[in-house]
Amino acid sequence: MRLNYILSDLGIGLKRNLSMTIAVVVTIWVSLSLFGSALLAREQVELMKGNWYDKIQISVFMCTKDSGGRGCSGAEVTAEQKNRIRQVIESNPDTAPDGVFGESKKEAFTQFKKLYKDSPIVSTVTEDQMQESFRVKLRDPQRYQNLVSAVAGLPGVDTVQDLRQYLDPLFKALEGLQFGAYIAAALLLIAALMQISNTIRLAAYARRREIGIMRLVGASNFYIQLPFLLEAVLAALIGAAFACGTLWLGVYFVVMRRAQETFRVWEWVGATETFRATLIMVVVGLVLAVVPTFLTTRKYLKV
Amino acid sequence: MIRFENVSKTYEGQSKAALLNVNVEIEKGEFVFLVGTSGSGKSTFLRLVLREHRTSKGHIMVAGKDLNRLASWRIPQMRRQIGTVFQDFRLLPNKTVAENVAFALQVIGKPRSHIRKTVPEVLELVGLEGKQDRLPDELSGGEQQRVAIARAFVNRPMILIADEPTGNLDPATSEGIMKLLDRINRTGTTVVMATHDVSIVNQMRKRVIELENGHVVRDESRGVYGYQH
Repeated sequence: MRLNYILSDLGIGLKRNLSMTIAVVVTIWVSLSLFGSALLAREQVELMKGNWYDKIQISVFMCTKDSGGRGCSGAEVTAEQKNRIRQVIESNPDTAPDGVFGESKKEAFTQFKKLYKDSPIVSTVTEDQMQESFRVKLRDPQRYQNLVSAVAGLPGVDTVQDLRQYLDPLFKALEGLQFGAYIAAALLLIAALMQISNTIRLAAYARRREIGIMRLVGASNFYIQLPFLLEAVLAALIGAAFACGTLWLGVYFVVMRRAQETFRVWEWVGATETFRATLIMVVVGLVLAVVPTFLTTRKYLKV
Repeated sequence: MIRFENVSKTYEGQSKAALLNVNVEIEKGEFVFLVGTSGSGKSTFLRLVLREHRTSKGHIMVAGKDLNRLASWRIPQMRRQIGTVFQDFRLLPNKTVAENVAFALQVIGKPRSHIRKTVPEVLELVGLEGKQDRLPDELSGGEQQRVAIARAFVNRPMILIADEPTGNLDPATSEGIMKLLDRINRTGTTVVMATHDVSIVNQMRKRVIELENGHVVRDESRGVYGYQH
């Protein structure tokens, strides 16, 4: 196979279809950026759900000497109080069997350090300031009122939180965004598909003499398809590269520089998740280029 | 080299057959004229040999291979054994003479050293030495057809198919082209040429196959064009 011939052909093809190629690049760029954002939004929801969300619904935080809850008397919760609280939770009919998990100060501190890992706060907080808690799984997540009122106000209980009450609206919003991004990405990807097949049709028409002679002298189908394939792959790769760059910039400026500083309560997507998303984007971009090219060239370059 | 066995061809959407029950055998090294009026089936005959279409009925053997049984990915390999020349030359206008000929070798992946050696040889054979850097529209019609023949022959095919190669040329130029085709035939290449040119057929005294309405109506070993109209 003659590489320099193929490459010069590729250059001629790209120049001839420059405006169409740019259109393909831009469409792939925007659609893959949206697609990548949707992937990251999903990762973000997973991270926010964290270790607890799928397992527990209610968190019962217990008193420290600084907490001012109804059941606190300015002192640490005692072992006796803890046992009593646990008993009340376990005996409640709405609590799932084996549905009570205790989180010690140490575990709470480990989690805290993970969330605030690059913040100066970590050095000022000690393990002792962490709150112990019981995390409770319900038989039916909708029926939490009974347990909340049974536990709230018990001696040693600071606050009772229904996790889902806080997180569900947020997740709904994120999932909505993600859904919208997927739809927009899908529509744009369809547009990219059609643009690619249109570009190839034009290119095949512009090169019909060459193609006619190639077929006549017995050039293999793959050899005839190759310049078209390379053109499409190159356009897709450029578009995908722009999209990956856009995603990295977005993650860097929006998440790493802003959100992560402001909302430290949970983990945020970072380099690992972004890298994973960009890999998927490149693969999708390539599939997007190769599949319609094969289909269209088969149609227009039939032997 | 080429054998038609009960070949019929009806194009899609047409009721009349373009070829009907054609039985022809062309031996290796033969020179055959295919004559007949327009629409008699000459072009269909040639296209079937090139496997541009499939037969509707019957079998065509080319170089021992049944074209109906040839997988579509093997068609390019088969076509490398066949050179083709047309009335309208079909040269690439933005390539020089040498590049046009070299193109046929490049696209089937021949090494550059082979191309550098073969192209000047074949240009000399067709009488175009010294014109390798001209563009097609700087050449006369006869010269353009010589380029096309050089391109068809550069890969040393077993068969050369010529579809009215002199159709656009004046008689004197046509004679030169026929001498060239004759020379190529003498190297052992089978030549099948469709033509309307009465004087050429009568002069050459080669085998003549006449088609009429898709039937073979005459097959003479040292024939003339036929009944003068």
